[in-house]
Amino acid sequence: MAHILDDRLLQISMAGAHERTIEGGKASLAGSVSQRACVFCGSRVVLYPIADALHLIHGPIGCAAYTWDIRGSLSSGPELHRLSFCTDLQETDVIFGGENKLYDSLIELINDHQPKAAFVYTTCIVGVIGDDVERICKQVATEKGIPVIPVQAPGFQGSKKDGYKVACESLFKLVGTLNKPTPANSINILGDFNLAGELWILLDYYKKMGVHVNATITGDGRVDDIRNAHNAALNVVQCSGSMNYLATMMKDEYNIPSMRVSYFGIEDMSDALYDVARFFKDDDMMDKARELVRFEIGRLLPELAWYKERLQGKKAAIYVGGAFKAISLVKALRLIGVQSVIVGSQTGSTEDYELIKNLCDEGTIIVDDSNPVELAHFVKEKQADIFIGGVKERPIAYKIGLGFCDHNHERKEALAGYEGMINFAKEIYATAMSPVWKFTRNTPTP
Amino acid sequence: MKTAEKTYVSTRNSCKLCAPLGASMVFKGIEGCVPLIHGSQGCATYIRRYLISHFKEPVDIASSNFSEESTVYGGSKNFITGIDNIIRQYKPKVIGIASTCLSETIGEDIPGHIRHYREVREGSVLPEFVHASTPSYCGSHAEGFHNTVLSVLRTFAQSKGNQQGLTVLPGMVTPADIRYLKQLLTDFSIKGMVFPDYSETLDNVYTSEYELIPSGGTTVEQLISMGDSKHVIEFGTTFNKGHMRSSEKNSKQTPGEWLETNCLVQNHAMPLPIGVDASDRFMQTLETITGTPMPDTYAKERGRLVDAYVDAHKYVFGKKVLLYGEEDLVSALADWAREIGMEPFWIKDTDFETLREKAHDVKPDLLLGNSKGYYIARELKVPLVRLGFPIHDRFGASRMHQIGYRGTQELFDKVVNALIEYKQENSPIGYKYL
Repeated sequence: MAHILDDRLLQISMAGAHERTIEGGKASLAGSVSQRACVFCGSRVVLYPIADALHLIHGPIGCAAYTWDIRGSLSSGPELHRLSFCTDLQETDVIFGGENKLYDSLIELINDHQPKAAFVYTTCIVGVIGDDVERICKQVATEKGIPVIPVQAPGFQGSKKDGYKVACESLFKLVGTLNKPTPANSINILGDFNLAGELWILLDYYKKMGVHVNATITGDGRVDDIRNAHNAALNVVQCSGSMNYLATMMKDEYNIPSMRVSYFGIEDMSDALYDVARFFKDDDMMDKARELVRFEIGRLLPELAWYKERLQGKKAAIYVGGAFKAISLVKALRLIGVQSVIVGSQTGSTEDYELIKNLCDEGTIIVDDSNPVELAHFVKEKQADIFIGGVKERPIAYKIGLGFCDHNHERKEALAGYEGMINFAKEIYATAMSPVWKFTRNTPTP
Repeated sequence: MKTAEKTYVSTRNSCKLCAPLGASMVFKGIEGCVPLIHGSQGCATYIRRYLISHFKEPVDIASSNFSEESTVYGGSKNFITGIDNIIRQYKPKVIGIASTCLSETIGEDIPGHIRHYREVREGSVLPEFVHASTPSYCGSHAEGFHNTVLSVLRTFAQSKGNQQGLTVLPGMVTPADIRYLKQLLTDFSIKGMVFPDYSETLDNVYTSEYELIPSGGTTVEQLISMGDSKHVIEFGTTFNKGHMRSSEKNSKQTPGEWLETNCLVQNHAMPLPIGVDASDRFMQTLETITGTPMPDTYAKERGRLVDAYVDAHKYVFGKKVLLYGEEDLVSALADWAREIGMEPFWIKDTDFETLREKAHDVKPDLLLGNSKGYYIARELKVPLVRLGFPIHDRFGASRMHQIGYRGTQELFDKVVNALIEYKQENSPIGYKYL
């Protein structure tokens, strides 16, 4: 097992009642080519979609350059989030401090763009050189009359998941600072990032049910909606890894209950609607939800049956950021006849992996914080046909002749909701059935 | 009345990337090498993502995964574990270590770590180690690239007094360009080497198995023998003179200058050979070095390029082209644009937002650069011809050939056709004949 480092053995298991429990949340091993990113990355991706806020990265240029316009998070209005601002610290700043540069940058950018709030991300070296970012933020907030929120995200302070927590703490500073008239049947949508307009699909469903959506955090997000988020009756949380912290804090402070949902696949999508109707104990809402689900499924099933007939027996490997998404993907793939033979995530918890263990067919490999060497080995061992992952997994799949479906935040196709399920089936079909695999099968190993 | 131009303290939509990215590219150009970024996990992951999206190839870069503890007490422990794990999983011939802003700021002594590692693992067969100082707060990815070329040569190149052959240091060119250079050296029948050579490692064939380290790259033997080259040709005019850390010894020298001073290799520095003039200069240098005239294939390529210039000269004449990217590339492109009668325009050390604002005054007919300037071209409703790094919104970045007569030909055709297409699409007639 040269492909697996000894210290990683506890993070790999298989489906089945007697298999080992995976320990989630462990730090990545030094020297392994982890697919995870850092604390900064975690905070940046979560806050990124807030479209009328200024996002300023306080640090050297790399962190800003690599996160410029990277998510497919759409906005129905302002697009300030698609610009990348950085204090671009130089050697002299590292020696003498970057506080003045931070102050001047904030003032000029706020003057130029008139944002509703500003987020200031601190990166690795700011944590080391000791700039008093809190003080500068406070000063600028007073001078400019908008919230200026430090996002303390030095990369070394953990992994991407810790960055989610930092982002939630920053968001929590906004929550409760504005009161707008808010209907009683209001929910906040947490953890959808409006990739390829997915949020808008969901908004349409909830609207048809008679549910009022108050704040969307953070997809197509707006500062004032987040400030008013405490007036909603319920937090509906997707991508629980990133947003659970915020939901918990809002429960503790404002007594807002929350529920975990997923919008991928028919079952989970329908549950997300039914659960909300059930929460409001509203028969009319439930009837409308049933009607919607009936209509959508009626439309969907014949189409999915067509794909299922053709994809039956194909095997998939899943390696994505969050474990909850992986669970939905296993179920969605079953709907189209595809069996998951490898299921892994970057940030799953022990409990998530237990769920996956029980959900998957016996023999399915389950893995936490994997790396290219392992993944390439697993897909060969399990003879997977298709890989579902992100940008960093794509070349692994392609180089060894597997189909690939991008389910990461860069995707340009909506995969959520009922429409998303069809797009997903189409994409899996396209990648599984392409005639180009004839040539890869004929190509001998060099 | 001309108003005073506003200057910004902040960087808005950066044109540059950070130095460890350039280092990683160079390390990928060494045979059997695994890059290790000594810092937080995100650095490696971001850089991998950026390179993968451009090259459409697996790019494995390890990280020493700094934690709070390593930041306070030093990264020595992580360094040892990291190297151990890389050796166990990848069995590399070389490990190329790039520092980051974090490891530099806390004063990590990487050469010391390497020495210590060798002591701790004495008796084991170890790979070669090479280290480049690449803090993100100094210079850009381009300086990181050149600084790493220099560091690698300083680590390996040895002069044994038997000077022969030629070393080419092309800078940040494409895999297709590197393949062209290697063919060119063969065609000139000269014993030549190119460094870095990521023509295969970052543009690999379909392999069916996951190659832990893709084959190809400049070998350590070649790197050692570069000190015994008779000549070195290096492209680019800026290099890293004075940009990188002052504590880095000899950092004011280019890699070619270093070879000249330390190994008595004769250095020929010249701009990237884009265009007839610049390619002539390159070819003449090769003729002088080898004593052989330019092979007929290349003379024909030159002839066809001049012929194409004549055929299409009116379509490009007087057209304003906005250039951006690495300084070496931009200055070569500016010379080329002038050579064919276009008016080049660029801003030194700028960011995309400044460029966008100026572009509204300049009103260029065309943009020439990487894919990150697309939003400006879109706003101005003018064509963008993509070249350089990164190209994240098109396929084939690795196969773009842009140096020498043939590379210039490809570029010229693209530029001419982009201008014609623009005219055609904006014409009420929709003609299909020139």
